[in-house]
Amino acid sequence: MSPSLTEALTDLPTLLRAHALLSGTAVLLAILIGLPLALRAARSRTFRIPLLGAAGLIQTVPTLALLALFYPALLLLGRATSLPVPALGFLPALLALTLYALLPILRNGVAGLHGLDPAILEAADAAGMTGRQRLLQVELPLSAPVLLAGIRTAAIWTIGAATLATTVGQPSLGNLIFSGLQTENWVRVLVGCAASAGLAIAADLLLGLVEAGVARRSPLRIWAAMGMFGIGVLLALISIGGSGSERRTIAVGAKNFSEQYILASAIGQRLGAAGFPVVQRDDLGSAVAYRAVAAGDVDVYVDYTGTLWTNVLGRTDTPRADVMRAELTRRLEARDGVVLLGPLGFENAYVLAMRRSRAEALGVRTIDDLARVAPRLRLASDIEFLTRPEWRALRKAYDLRFGDARAYSPTFMYRAIADGGADVISAFSSDGRIAALDLVTIADPRGALPNYDAVLLLSARAAKDKALIAALRPLLGAIDVGAMRAANLKVDRAEGKKTPAEAATQLLRTLEKR
Amino acid sequence: MANDPFLELHHVAKDLGARPILHAVSLAIPAGSFVALVGPSGSGKTTLLKTINRLIEPDSGSVRLDGTDINVGPKHRLRRRIGYAFQGIGLFPHMNVAENIGVVPRLLGWTEAARAARVAELLDLVALPADFAARRPNTLSGGQTQRVGIARALAARPSLMLMDEPFGTLDPVTRDELGRAYRALHDRLDLTTIMVTHDITEALLLADRIVVLIEGTIRADAAPAELLAYRGDPAVEAMIALPQAQARRLAALVDAR
Ligand SMILES: Nc1ncnc2c1ncn2[C@@H]1O[C@H](COP(=O)(O)OP(=O)(O)O)[C@@H](O)[C@H]1O
Ligand SMILES: [Mg+2]
Repeated sequence: MSPSLTEALTDLPTLLRAHALLSGTAVLLAILIGLPLALRAARSRTFRIPLLGAAGLIQTVPTLALLALFYPALLLLGRATSLPVPALGFLPALLALTLYALLPILRNGVAGLHGLDPAILEAADAAGMTGRQRLLQVELPLSAPVLLAGIRTAAIWTIGAATLATTVGQPSLGNLIFSGLQTENWVRVLVGCAASAGLAIAADLLLGLVEAGVARRSPLRIWAAMGMFGIGVLLALISIGGSGSERRTIAVGAKNFSEQYILASAIGQRLGAAGFPVVQRDDLGSAVAYRAVAAGDVDVYVDYTGTLWTNVLGRTDTPRADVMRAELTRRLEARDGVVLLGPLGFENAYVLAMRRSRAEALGVRTIDDLARVAPRLRLASDIEFLTRPEWRALRKAYDLRFGDARAYSPTFMYRAIADGGADVISAFSSDGRIAALDLVTIADPRGALPNYDAVLLLSARAAKDKALIAALRPLLGAIDVGAMRAANLKVDRAEGKKTPAEAATQLLRTLEKR
Repeated sequence: MANDPFLELHHVAKDLGARPILHAVSLAIPAGSFVALVGPSGSGKTTLLKTINRLIEPDSGSVRLDGTDINVGPKHRLRRRIGYAFQGIGLFPHMNVAENIGVVPRLLGWTEAARAARVAELLDLVALPADFAARRPNTLSGGQTQRVGIARALAARPSLMLMDEPFGTLDPVTRDELGRAYRALHDRLDLTTIMVTHDITEALLLADRIVVLIEGTIRADAAPAELLAYRGDPAVEAMIALPQAQARRLAALVDAR
């Protein structure tokens, strides 16, 4: 078996279990909330119209946005009530998915209950049924097929949408899909998709069995389905109980690109070796990641000084690297209690790069050199670069003017420089392709480009843990840009690619050898 | 008191929205009566009937059943003592015939054996074969459905039966047959029956007493023979003139042969 498949299959059981528990709980909660609401709505027109309208409106919000909105909402709630409300992970995912599952349950619930023949309801009343008896003996059995169809739809939607829970730090099958997409590890993507589809089909079949049982009044089918469902829940719960441990679980965060996966995995491996139970929260949005560490939902992750400087502190100046880092260390701790433990030793910044042979032939070592020959050269940049402050700063500092400047998607940008279609590209300094294509980065002696040192950030609570800091300290200053490029390349290259975990293991091994 | 009427409505009034439906209707019905409530469509017959088993709450006035105000105690308790059969029938489609008939006894906590015995007895009473017990409502004809509806209303041995156009949708032959069968049951089981109908002929032929309700007011209240001789309110006269005129035309046809 290929290592990607082995790795994906190793990760699968935990993720599948988390996914099933999350979507199962969401659907259950949606039923518990939705049925009473549907009942009220079926009886009262003034309640029905706004309720169905609101549920329909929620449905039009993209699931991803719905998930993302719960993060700040829960943060605010936590602050307002000063209760420890977790803003990342299970809770926001559960709330968003529950809201999402509500519409089909409400709509079918109302249709099923409201559509009942009034003569039958009159007969039930006239027979002397209490409200409860009428509900249980007449209304629910008669509307059950429509109700169940709604629950079935909700379950299938929820299982699909739960893959997005990954983006708010809740492990799900989406972990396989997102990390696979990012590292172009298609085996991982396929395993994630297949497992999610399989789970949806299983839920559909099970609920179909219940539906058929109700429609044909066959209690056997209903009990069989309930039994299987119970076994599923039990399996999911047992294996969770089994992982109990003395120490607090450390949440390691990662944004959504290869370098982040590798570093989070490396951090996780070091903490694991030191005896900490670890969960990795992958694919956090850039803004979410910092807020998560500030709120203590993530204990440790890697961010970049330039990003923190502009996005978190809102600064637009570009001081020297050491000044920037000192200021960040002070401000982040004072403001949010976030501890900047130190730099890892490499930068992931915007740089300009050329093929080594071309740079040598033109005698270009610095951007000053480049500025002299630039009018004869072609620049290929990524989509964003030409509109970013970095590019404006460069032009101003060096009076840099290229003969031709075009934006490409990253893959085509590297292709352009490789086949001579461009002379200079905008690159990220730790990108593995810089080494692979034998490119050189061009020095910036005037310091026009801001600094993007990779730094370790710790939550306030994690920063108090001596053992944790001891486990992470060896990483500080230990990863030079060559080591990071090599690790990134292993994950990003098309052939013989490694998983982020494998690349992390190898990276740690080279550190030990030094 | 011994000579209190079995059922007594006192100044029962009901408005729906701003429109008066019932104007202070009073009515006393002794035990064992078979009363037909007749009147044009929309005159308030159904509304009046439903105030008796509290499917509709009147705005004012009172209803006493067997000497007690019907508002004493919960609604469902009252309804379990009163048989109710209506044009819509409303058999429960998810229950078979036996379960439908046994529904009130089950609510009253009868044992399964007692219910089964009662179902058999009632099927016989409404002249349906015993094997109908296991049939689903959607496999029955209109007349059979109506018979099951009546059996269900009778199941818990109520002494009062409220019937709202129970034979309204049936063909004339079945309608006549079921009407007479029910009248026989009424006598045999010693029931008190109030039957709403807009068919004056049916009322004249089945009931002991006819109450004419027009625009929410009782305009006439008499035994069938007396009603035929009624003179006064033109609306009532017009109502009873119709079946008599038809009878004369039929007689003329017979004579002409
Ligand atoms: N739920 C209701 N809302 C408004 N008007 C009603 C309602 N039910 C009955 N009515 C009106 O009340 C009047 C009496 O109705 P009903 O008692 O059913 O008459 P009947 O049974 O004699 O045909 C009718 O004019 C009818 O339109
Ligand atoms: Mg009516």
